[in-house]
Amino acid sequence: MRNLLVLGGGTAGTMVANKLYKKLDRKEWTITIIDKDDEHIYQPGLLLMPFGVYSPEELIKSRRHFIPKGVEFIQSAIEKIVPELNQVFLVGGRAIDYDQLVIATGTTPRADQTPGMSDPKVWKKSVFDFFTFEGSLALRDALANWEGGRLVVHITEMPIKCPVAPLEFAFLADAYFTERKMREKVTISYVTPLEGAFTKPTCSRALGGMLSDRNIILEPDFMLEHIDPEQKIMVSMDEREIPFDLLVTVPLNMGDDLIARSDMGDELNYVPVDKTTFLSKKYSNIFALGDASDIPASKAGSVAHFAVDIFAENFMQHISGQPMTGKFDGHANCFIESGAGKGLLIDFNYETEPLPGMFPIPVVGPFPLLKESRLNHLGKLAFRWIYWNLLLKGRWIPISDQMSMAGKHRAFEEKQNGEKKEVDHYAHH
Amino acid sequence: MPTIEIAGKDIDVNEEGFLTKYDQWDEAIAKVLAEQIGVEMTDEHWKIVNFLRSDFKSAGETATSRRVQVVGGFPIKEQFVLFPKKPAKKMAYIAGLPKPKGCV
Repeated sequence: MRNLLVLGGGTAGTMVANKLYKKLDRKEWTITIIDKDDEHIYQPGLLLMPFGVYSPEELIKSRRHFIPKGVEFIQSAIEKIVPELNQVFLVGGRAIDYDQLVIATGTTPRADQTPGMSDPKVWKKSVFDFFTFEGSLALRDALANWEGGRLVVHITEMPIKCPVAPLEFAFLADAYFTERKMREKVTISYVTPLEGAFTKPTCSRALGGMLSDRNIILEPDFMLEHIDPEQKIMVSMDEREIPFDLLVTVPLNMGDDLIARSDMGDELNYVPVDKTTFLSKKYSNIFALGDASDIPASKAGSVAHFAVDIFAENFMQHISGQPMTGKFDGHANCFIESGAGKGLLIDFNYETEPLPGMFPIPVVGPFPLLKESRLNHLGKLAFRWIYWNLLLKGRWIPISDQMSMAGKHRAFEEKQNGEKKEVDHYAHH
Repeated sequence: MPTIEIAGKDIDVNEEGFLTKYDQWDEAIAKVLAEQIGVEMTDEHWKIVNFLRSDFKSAGETATSRRVQVVGGFPIKEQFVLFPKKPAKKMAYIAGLPKPKGCV
């Protein structure tokens, strides 16, 4: 018997277990999955919970519920990976052997990495993160009781989980305070280390316009050095200062400390992999999927989803000694909440930035791209159902893992090619 | 992709003026690139630029400001003093490398 060991039962790890449980010969392979707890969090919901869209119970389910019965689930913290022995050591000393290892231990916001940020005088009192369950919940209560002042929405450093989420937070805050008839008591600033509102130019212009339309002040090129918890001031590396009353930050994101303990990561504890196959650059039986790898894509569920689709096919070739023929193109696809019941949709990959147009989804589509609409907001809400019921369990959903140019507006010739390509895609499914 | 002449050589650059071929770079070119963005090269500047060049060769990607701090040992704060306002972008530009992925 050979063992496929999956570290992490989040979005990527759970999808891997489901996909490969169906594909692997059960007489030859066992699958084991390890996570430190049994709480699977619907992470896109953490953005909306502070505004009262979801209750806490709607966002957490048991990890076991989404893992096939024939897959062994071990609930334990992990001490170390020892690639030379093909073993993973649990806290307490038990060793688990593997033939193939998938690292899907994700990324975590680390407020402790910026001086002053996690100071008890301000942390979860006037400084909040929203990409942890506890942070999101604390922020919900803080917003509900806030009487106004200077709200600063902030990104510490790239890469982060879902680069559009902090923008959405700013849009939603504008709508939230407008609805509560206190918008005039609140100034909203958007502070980013990037040159503009987003990582890619066309999108950055469109989203930057949406910020100014909402009277949200954009502060680009701001690299945070420390927070002064006494005076509630953010100070940048080049000594610019931004005062705040309520700071909603995305702290520095880092891969799990397990990766550092195992000496397998880069400077942010991400595992270096080939960006098209996710195979470790160092070990031929170790892959890193989802947020745990160093691929230059968003740390987002949609990336993990498209990546796992390609990985599952590749893995079957890999274990039979063949070259992996599937190549991930960096495809990401996100609904962006813009407030007041509207949203945008963007679709892009390593090479192609998000473009305006229409996104074809069979049966329910097309959805407008890079443009506000009610339909995109409904798409975002519907996605929670899709996530729990189809996506994690590895069931087919009608979006291709490779990005298509269909419906996107760029040059006329490319659109023609794109349309032809799209027909091939769906015919293939 | 456009070609421009720097220090008597034809150089391939992208639409933002970043060099696209690693091997076309030399120190004379770096000096001209630095001048264009108002940076006067000192020993400290060269140390960082040389780190970026060698790190790119082994890692295959342009180092981010954090990597220059953690792996290269040059604090981010110092990078802001030497390459004001946008150090990651300016360091990569002078070193003849693509923009680092953090600001792509």
